[in-house]
Amino acid sequence: MTTRWFGEPVRRNEDPRFLTGEGTYVDDIHPPGTLQAAVLRSPIAHANITKIDVCAARALEGVVAVWTWEDLGDVFRPSPMSVPHESLTHPKTQYPLARDKVNYVGEPIAFVVAHDRYIAEDACDVIEVDFEPLPAVVDLEAAVAPDAILVHDDVPGNVAATLTQQVGDPDRAFAEADHVFTARLYLERGAGQPMETRAVLAQWDELEHVLTVWDTTQAPLSIRNGLAVLLGLPENGVRVVAPDVGGGFGTKIMMFYAEEVLVPLAAYKLRRPVKWVEDRREHLIASNHERGQLHESAIALRADGTILGVRDTFLHDTGAYTPYGIVVPIVTSTQLPGPYRIPNYFSESRTVYTNKVPVSPYRGAGRPHGVFVMERLIDLAAREMGMDRAEIRFKNFIAPDEFPYDVGLTFQDGAPTRYDSGNYQAGLAKVLSHIDYEGFPAYQARMRDEGRFIGLGMASYVEGTGIGPYEGAHVRVDGTAQKVVVATCVGTQGQGHETSFAQIVADELGIRPDQVEITTGDSRSMNWGSGTYASRSAVVTGNAVGVSARAVRAKAATIAAELFEANPADIEFENERVFVNGSPEYGLPLWDVAIVANPIRYAYGSQAAKAIAMRKQRPGPPLPDGDDPGLEARKYFSPAQAAFASGNHAAIVEVDPETGIVTILRYVAVHDCGRVINPMIVEGQVHGGVAQGIGGSFYERMVYTPEGQPLSTTFMDYLIPTAMEIPSIEVDHIETPSPLNPLGIKGAGEAGVIPVPALMAQALEDALSPWKVRVTELPLNPGEIRALVRAGIDPEHVNA
Amino acid sequence: MIVTERAVSVSVNGATYARTIPVRLLLSDFIRNELGLTGTHLGCEHGVCGCCTILLDGQAVRSCLMFAVQADGHELITVEGLAPAPGQLHPLQEAFRQEHALQCGYCTPGFLTTLIPFLESNRDPSELEIRQALSGNLCRCTGYQNIVKAVQRAAREMRTVEPGR
Ligand code: FES
Ligand code: FES
Repeated sequence: MTTRWFGEPVRRNEDPRFLTGEGTYVDDIHPPGTLQAAVLRSPIAHANITKIDVCAARALEGVVAVWTWEDLGDVFRPSPMSVPHESLTHPKTQYPLARDKVNYVGEPIAFVVAHDRYIAEDACDVIEVDFEPLPAVVDLEAAVAPDAILVHDDVPGNVAATLTQQVGDPDRAFAEADHVFTARLYLERGAGQPMETRAVLAQWDELEHVLTVWDTTQAPLSIRNGLAVLLGLPENGVRVVAPDVGGGFGTKIMMFYAEEVLVPLAAYKLRRPVKWVEDRREHLIASNHERGQLHESAIALRADGTILGVRDTFLHDTGAYTPYGIVVPIVTSTQLPGPYRIPNYFSESRTVYTNKVPVSPYRGAGRPHGVFVMERLIDLAAREMGMDRAEIRFKNFIAPDEFPYDVGLTFQDGAPTRYDSGNYQAGLAKVLSHIDYEGFPAYQARMRDEGRFIGLGMASYVEGTGIGPYEGAHVRVDGTAQKVVVATCVGTQGQGHETSFAQIVADELGIRPDQVEITTGDSRSMNWGSGTYASRSAVVTGNAVGVSARAVRAKAATIAAELFEANPADIEFENERVFVNGSPEYGLPLWDVAIVANPIRYAYGSQAAKAIAMRKQRPGPPLPDGDDPGLEARKYFSPAQAAFASGNHAAIVEVDPETGIVTILRYVAVHDCGRVINPMIVEGQVHGGVAQGIGGSFYERMVYTPEGQPLSTTFMDYLIPTAMEIPSIEVDHIETPSPLNPLGIKGAGEAGVIPVPALMAQALEDALSPWKVRVTELPLNPGEIRALVRAGIDPEHVNA
Repeated sequence: MIVTERAVSVSVNGATYARTIPVRLLLSDFIRNELGLTGTHLGCEHGVCGCCTILLDGQAVRSCLMFAVQADGHELITVEGLAPAPGQLHPLQEAFRQEHALQCGYCTPGFLTTLIPFLESNRDPSELEIRQALSGNLCRCTGYQNIVKAVQRAAREMRTVEPGR
């Protein structure tokens, strides 16, 4: 195979439509007669509902329907528990509308359909709900206190799940250690906050008897299957399309959000198109959050800095429900060890109900928390033992010749956490040389002399990506249109799949990526598949596209070999032509081979007719047994386990001790996601991830009052960093190809965000070392950083 | 009597639209739903994200913070009106593509419309000036640095195209 496009920074196929305003996001689709919906949400975190009166709302002009739980019939049932786990003893999923109790501010109570959104919101205003308020469970530790108020009466202690994992003999390791250090660490709630909020549009087609649902979901097939069951329709009676989607970051995958049930149901029942578009306030108070974990952890070491063991027990805030099971705490506990050799490890998590928005994975999905804990423990040990922080990391890294390396834990997909490949030494060495770690102390000292406080942070992580079960792709050469059409059913939210998948196909078939048209996120084009999450689309779908394109290539080679009386192994593909190696005159355009592949008697276009005339008469049927017409293939790829990507980041920050303001002077990321399909796209993913990590370190925080009232309800309260806060990020790669898939790739979507809080904590401590500041929780805003400085102990700076 | 509807006439991308509309209709909803120009996006509807930015008499404004009736008699340009011709891209749009300054594309129209008057008033901006100009627009995907690079490239291109200005 002549590799030409794989690995190149190919400009994206999807860009022209986005740049000219021609993208098609859900809210851009507006069938004639579309009705608009609005949702009445609970204003109280925890309350019994004693009465709901919708009379006034129903009487408003322009209102078509007002539903409470009573109007939902069979559809009034809890969402399926999509990721069950044996440790999840008390799962709770949500009903589409609350009946007699609400468990968080934002929980849907009533659903209004009207001629337009303005009227629908008017109607919500006049729905009367009587509440009997209950005390709210907000704080994690209070939630598990012996006499805690219960979120759900039948869940004792508010604990949904207790999960323990162990490797080796931690008790012995801690007993025999020369040093033991402990830390209590906290990461506050944050959320993905894609710029496009969620939206659902549904339309019943009376002629075709198909309910089409346009949904911002990351997993259209799962929604299709679930809706078919819920509405009693055949699978092919529901079509779910995720068109252009304005960012997802995990938040847009759920089974189901209430509106994903209510809108299709309304369209089906009312026989009218119905649309609901979330506003930002709704997204902030009622779409899933994440982060929010409190860890008590300890590390045991030998005197030389060798890690003997780690113990970590933590509380994971799942909010009012467990829609995504315990995926986040599983990922936290299994990815906490990261690139380090930890022979003895104990992890226990309790997944705790609170009266807050439910939690499901947000980019990083539990890893930023685990990495925060691991790196903080290493930093603590290095400081207390007087070791260099890079040296202690190098000393404990898994060595390049130890792969595959079995961590001894069970990953989120149920398979062992077995690292397939990696080179953590090379990664850290590279990032440290980029940031000039050796020269840093002198630089820091010079700056201090000028009264400036700068600090360096470094952090390393390993990320399991590209989990199964499988994805598929259908690749077809359209000879008439002279393009290759590829269908997949993963959703795309900005990752550039229309380009990276096209590059894979272009290499196999000797064409250009802009001649490949990729469909993503349409359940009609692919009947089987799972979705975009866990940094899996490039790995799993990418490889499915690769094997499908290879099958098409093999078929084209067979046909060409027959036409030119050559050996299929001697057929080459280049510049849209299929030809005999060394004899380009014996060749045809790929497009004509596609036409020949269909044994009918006529063909469009003179070239094609000529090509068909070349075909020799064979005995037997025109389509031999086992052969299919056309140049197409549909193949699936199913990885045995996750491919483990990794990264090493470093940054230099400046902190103003007077104001607590942090400026990031440099940020370097060295990233290993195996073979890189498109470095431009991968680097973009890293940039965006790091930006979200910086947000989570200093700006973004979901604040709740003790009564469970969310205070982060606008972008003036929940601070998304801007171009003034995010520095330029220098990205470099190392490549340890994954042996687990034909393309050798690992996922890259979540990577950037993972190590950022960990390294920012270290950089802050380093910058503020004169005050011996200790960072044990993030985010920290300027006021909080200043408070840490004021509580510091350096007499020289005591009045800062 | 309370007036709930009013007639307006607005020029958008060179075409004039006359409509009778509810007075409470947001300009953003008017552009998207009444005129079908869906390139103008809504990210917050409270004036922070900049996704809904359009040009009103040449100035970048947030269409979610205006009522449609306030645009009566004004000239608007939306993202659909930036390219010189169908199938072509404005140098700024081309620069965004070359520098991979967009991922999901949702914030992009607001960035483009914010930057057009900026680049007209500052033909050779520094990185800091660019970042300040961008700081009223949120992007959740790119981390901004490729947007900064795209603006630098566009400024370069636009200077060579019209060197005399
Ligand atoms: S939608 Fe107008 S500023 Fe966000
Ligand atoms: S490209 Fe997705 S928000 Fe900017």
